[in-house]
Amino acid sequence: MRGRTGPLLLLNASGCLDALTAPEVAATLDGFVTKTVTPLPRDGNAPVRIAETDVGMLNSIGLANPGIDRFVTTHLPQLAKLELPIWVSVGGFAADEYAELCSRLDDHAEVAAIELNVSCPNVASPAESVAQIVASACLATRKPVWAKLSPAVPDVTDVARAAQEAGADGLSLVNTMRGLKLDDRTLRSALEPGAGGLSGPALRPIALAAVHACFLATGLPIVGMGGVQCGRDALDLIAAGARHVALGTVLFADPQAPMRIRAQLAGELAARGYADVDDAYAVTHRESLSTTTTK
Amino acid sequence: MRRERRHVVATEKLGPYTMLHVDRGGLDPGVPGQFFMLEAPGRLLPRPMSLCLAPRGELAFLIDPIGPGTRALCRLERGDALTILGPLGNGFRLDVERPLLVGGGIGVAPLPYLAEALEHPRVVLGFRSDWHAQAAALLPRAEVCVEPRLVTELIEPGYDVLACGPEPMLEAVRGQAPAAQLAWEAPMACGFGACYGCAIEIEGVLKRLCVEGPVLCFS
Repeated sequence: MRGRTGPLLLLNASGCLDALTAPEVAATLDGFVTKTVTPLPRDGNAPVRIAETDVGMLNSIGLANPGIDRFVTTHLPQLAKLELPIWVSVGGFAADEYAELCSRLDDHAEVAAIELNVSCPNVASPAESVAQIVASACLATRKPVWAKLSPAVPDVTDVARAAQEAGADGLSLVNTMRGLKLDDRTLRSALEPGAGGLSGPALRPIALAAVHACFLATGLPIVGMGGVQCGRDALDLIAAGARHVALGTVLFADPQAPMRIRAQLAGELAARGYADVDDAYAVTHRESLSTTTTK
Repeated sequence: MRRERRHVVATEKLGPYTMLHVDRGGLDPGVPGQFFMLEAPGRLLPRPMSLCLAPRGELAFLIDPIGPGTRALCRLERGDALTILGPLGNGFRLDVERPLLVGGGIGVAPLPYLAEALEHPRVVLGFRSDWHAQAAALLPRAEVCVEPRLVTELIEPGYDVLACGPEPMLEAVRGQAPAAQLAWEAPMACGFGACYGCAIEIEGVLKRLCVEGPVLCFS
């Protein structure tokens, strides 16, 4: 089977957990993904920054973070004490900024992987294409580089293939999509910046479709994320081709979700007669893959 | 940070507000001004509520039904289950010499528990209508005013002010008593520092209310 890279990792989605304020939650994951780090410190967007909708949650935090200097000198040593694989999410406004961020992280043994946030819906997008950013980043580090993509494009597999050709080791699918909520009384945007990133159950079928399509298009290992609430949701992503699964909005409502979802996933696998996660990995594609092979 | 599935033992109407009593289980009531995340049935995210009272074996929360989550909480009945996380955040400092409690509207919520801890200090409360002012029954000795009169008119100098209420009230209180301890409010997804959603901007500085507040003091 293509795309195997070790056992299933249950991670958090970037920006959905602070391992330093909630280390007991981080300890229940197989790795911790940081909030996106940018070259310079950012306060983030003006409040109000979050709103609940009937089907999900909108956020417009705006990449609030201490900047790479303080992250490396202060945050990273504290995160290292958690003794968890640390995935650092990085974001910039130009390809050379991503390269600089990756280069700064390259010598830190505690960094297990770098996730390129090329898809934040709440800040200006980098002008260069995803391919250029990935290529620059891969030249700047020996760490595994994962590209986190937006589903809000005509065909996410075009972007996924471009990231693969540029050297990405894996894909993180998917980031939030822009959505808007109006205040009941004023009919103005509920969030101060206007629109925000939609996460939660509304995103689940979109994430599943992206994982499914990008697995077929690239065979790259994928961290699947988007609206996972229970073990069945995690199983769906795995079956569609996710090697790893990340939890986002569910962590806000249920900090015990990693343990619960792990237990539910084991139950879902057993109920279907799968020996383990590998047995269910990309099972959605098995018939089409074997058909392809026999042609 | 403890999270438990608890049950409603009683509900009580106070004007537009609902007092929700739940069995305490292993949850610690915490310090006055701290808050709990209450599962809002049928909604994706829980809602932050400061503790109003801590009767023996119970936790009690005063809830204003202003949106889908708080309305779902106010519809709960005796025996219904809900998951509760807490206590969270930083409460009021109780080492004050001459306390004055100031509450506006649903900002009365943390004051009964605070008044108990401070052994029944002077309390002033403001509400937008007589109907809302029924919540003043929680603090029988409080001085109460109703709009157009504002609660800030009842604040005299020389007190250690501890206040909770809408943002314009808190700003006005801070103008009169710069050292006041103020309990703020913001939409919150998690309550434990994960989401960065509850940041509020005070004098150009953004603060995560759940871990740096909700009670803040500026001097």
